[in-house]
Amino acid sequence: MPDKRHVEVSINGETYSGEVEPRLLLSDFIRHEAGLTGTHVGCEHGVCGACTIQLDGEAVRSCLLFAVQADGRQVRTVEGMTEGLPEGELHPLQQAFHETHGLQCGFCTPGFLMSLEPVLLEEGELTDREIRERLAGNLCRCTGYQNIVAAVKLARERVSAPASGANED
Amino acid sequence: MGRPSRRREDPRLLRGEGRYVDDIDLRHQLHASFVRSPHAHARVISIDASAALERPGVRAVFTGADLVGEIGQAPMVWHPKDTEVLVPDSWPLLRDRVACVGAAVALVLADRRYEAEDAAEAVEVGYELLPVSAHPLEALADDAPLVHPEFGTNVCFETSMGGGDLDAGFAEADVILERTIVNHRIAAVPIEPRGALAEPRGDRVALWTSTQNPHLARTYITRQLGWDEDRLRVIVPDVGGGFGCKANVYGEETLVCWCAAKLGRPVKWIESRSENLISTNHGRAQTDEVRIGARSDGTITALQIRVIADLGAYHLMFTPFIPATTAVVASGCYAIPALRTDTVGVFTNTFSIDAIRGAGRPEGAHIIELMIEQVAAELELDPVEIRRRNFIPKEDFPAQMPHGPVYDSGDYHGSLDVLLEHLDLEGFRRDQAEARERGVYRGVGFATYMEACGIAPSKIAGPSGNGLDFSMWESAVVRVGTDGAVTVQTGVCPAGQGHETTFAQLVADRVGTDPSRVKVVWGDTDAIPNGMGTAGSRSIAVGGEAAALAADRVVAKARQIVAEVLEASPEDVELADGRFAVRGSPDRSMTLTEVARAAYITDEMPEEFEPGLEASCFFDPPGFVHPFGAHAAIVEVDTETGRIEILRYVAVDDCGKVINPTLAAGQVHGGIVQAIGQALLEKIEFGPDGQPLTTSLLDYALPTAAELPDLELDRTETPSPVNSLGAKGIGEAGTIAGTPAMVNAVTDALRPLGVEFINMPLSPQAVLEALRDGARDAAPSAS
Ligand code: FES
Ligand code: FES
Repeated sequence: MPDKRHVEVSINGETYSGEVEPRLLLSDFIRHEAGLTGTHVGCEHGVCGACTIQLDGEAVRSCLLFAVQADGRQVRTVEGMTEGLPEGELHPLQQAFHETHGLQCGFCTPGFLMSLEPVLLEEGELTDREIRERLAGNLCRCTGYQNIVAAVKLARERVSAPASGANED
Repeated sequence: MGRPSRRREDPRLLRGEGRYVDDIDLRHQLHASFVRSPHAHARVISIDASAALERPGVRAVFTGADLVGEIGQAPMVWHPKDTEVLVPDSWPLLRDRVACVGAAVALVLADRRYEAEDAAEAVEVGYELLPVSAHPLEALADDAPLVHPEFGTNVCFETSMGGGDLDAGFAEADVILERTIVNHRIAAVPIEPRGALAEPRGDRVALWTSTQNPHLARTYITRQLGWDEDRLRVIVPDVGGGFGCKANVYGEETLVCWCAAKLGRPVKWIESRSENLISTNHGRAQTDEVRIGARSDGTITALQIRVIADLGAYHLMFTPFIPATTAVVASGCYAIPALRTDTVGVFTNTFSIDAIRGAGRPEGAHIIELMIEQVAAELELDPVEIRRRNFIPKEDFPAQMPHGPVYDSGDYHGSLDVLLEHLDLEGFRRDQAEARERGVYRGVGFATYMEACGIAPSKIAGPSGNGLDFSMWESAVVRVGTDGAVTVQTGVCPAGQGHETTFAQLVADRVGTDPSRVKVVWGDTDAIPNGMGTAGSRSIAVGGEAAALAADRVVAKARQIVAEVLEASPEDVELADGRFAVRGSPDRSMTLTEVARAAYITDEMPEEFEPGLEASCFFDPPGFVHPFGAHAAIVEVDTETGRIEILRYVAVDDCGKVINPTLAAGQVHGGIVQAIGQALLEKIEFGPDGQPLTTSLLDYALPTAAELPDLELDRTETPSPVNSLGAKGIGEAGTIAGTPAMVNAVTDALRPLGVEFINMPLSPQAVLEALRDGARDAAPSAS
């Protein structure tokens, strides 16, 4: 039995601790130890982006990290996006995905949300091309990406003009 | 109906509250890991699991020998009339001999997934290598190594479909062209790989599996295990995309059920991405030898195709059936008086071919749409004009085709007209000519497609027709509860298409309530006794129609109830604007909620009244539906690097009546991008020794957002007469139209440089090679 190491990872503000094998992937820790299954695994070799989370505020692929590398650090997952919002409300990016039909099977979606959340805060205009480049690290097999581009545009509009944020289902 | 309602499945998926099979962990579950053949063809001499069994957490190792008498052959469900199909022995764990890389020979069960994977590597298998036929054309050679020596041939089956007088057709032709069109092997690559979790429950087993087809899974898994069907409950959680590859029933699913029953513990298997690329079905893999004849005005007089279909080594459920469907749509939108398709299915030492989005029809559309532009170029005709000359005219529908099929409805000129409105073809031709002056090569390619879907009318597709072993009707139950809320149970099974939303819309429409009051239930064989799943763009045209007809039966009973309560005759009760009203006296009316109350609290109803308000329906469609449309791609080819940029992609699709236009458009987007993927990037490759070379997403490249344009979509609407919804299917349209549009566009761009014909995938290397060959062919002194 390989040696185990103690880790404490803060996920969405809550601490999850445990004894883990050094080779345990962060994606598996999040999903199967912490039980937060919103983060998905589509390839385990760093290509599809389904496992994207934010580590200390930066979007990273959790299948390319070991759980021990997140020891003492802050992880944000899709489950954290609606924290602090009134019951039933979605994060502006989630709401935009909903309104533009930016998801079909939803398997890639949490990874896109984690990758794209920081894009909402980027200053200045982004052309469609530039938005498409921001998307290029995540794979989606269902949507052809078009409505995800539309979702990013809509969410950016709303975030820069917060008063107009319609939020009905 | 017809409204772009937002999806009700979205909020939970967006919050990370979706529940896919790997999100379910059960107490005491074991994890399965497979030992798979690393060789394309070998005799299995020995399997030594002793080292694996010593490893931590390992509970059991099973090999093919353990399954003898326990698990039957893998299912294959196509037995066409008058055609012999060779069926090789195939078990979930192979014995004695393996004929492709990725075939499973042993299974390790351990407490944790990592332990199972480590132990699988510790299983020692002795192999004696056998000669390999990795390529279908080589496999057809006289002295080719045999994939299954017991058959004495690599030809699995041969079948023909055709009609009209081919000789006369070619005799009439002013020009005859021959081309070999390669439709290379691809993978479906849903972002969620496959996975299955089986739990023993007393005598029964519950199976969660990522499938498009829970009922076929129940039927064929229990058949393999020799169990009563009812012993297995199949539950489909959220599914992260299917695209055909999850329409099958796979050995891994059967094995986790068997292991769970045998060991009395839950057993889970989650496919890795490399397994998904190696040992989940591939698709296409055809070499199509085509001969077409036309008069000098462009009228096509004859079409002859030889489909050489690589089948892989073993049959999955529909393996031989897929290439045979190419023949059905071979003539596309055109009135071709004589055609014939001869299909030969060939065994190779590779993993199985089966359905991927379109499943035989993209190959057919690719053939005819490439050939029509080849003929146009040869005769110096406009590619639009030649299509118009050959289209089946609108008045001819339902159109009886010389090779057998009847096309339900169509307006091929109509969709092409709308496409041209969007395209500004003249403007593009000017731009193209100007750009050429500057050494910039742009091209436009068209695809006016027609496909056959809504599987399936049992008279045509069933055992006595085209030889599927079962009938592909669909079933539905519509139940109005005591509070007036409606539940729809359907046998179709979405993998992201949004049926929870569309089925609620269409049933709400029929019963006169708001979609928010309709709940849709699917994907649990205990809750829904019968179904045929989601495949072949059948969900709305067959499953939706079953739900609509069940809803009509509910409405018929509701009218009786209203008549009873309001003392009118049932014929005088009308449903409009959500109220059941007595004709001529609109103040005498009831809502569905009031009707439901009367249906369940029945003390004042007549003696013979049967309480309740629900109905079921099995719908077996009278015919296939035939969606169609016109697509165009505009590309720019960098002749230095071979890189292709898509400048525009315009698509006009006609899938009859649409339930939810937003969702329909989403299907088209996804389908087109999958086709663009095949046209430019995606290819499953094998070495001459049958070793797969594309085993990760680094080698098998999917399109990303960065290389795609905004797709421009429009629709026309030609209702289908074969169901009351007027609906056709939209799930596969984009995949069917996309590859020929792309290839035609690149060919159009490069024609001035001597490129007349080019095969997919249009990698930079392939483009540069075509340019080199084109320059050589064009040079008069070439030797
Ligand atoms: S699962 Fe991490 S990138 Fe695919
Ligand atoms: S929505 Fe299915 S993979 Fe993106």
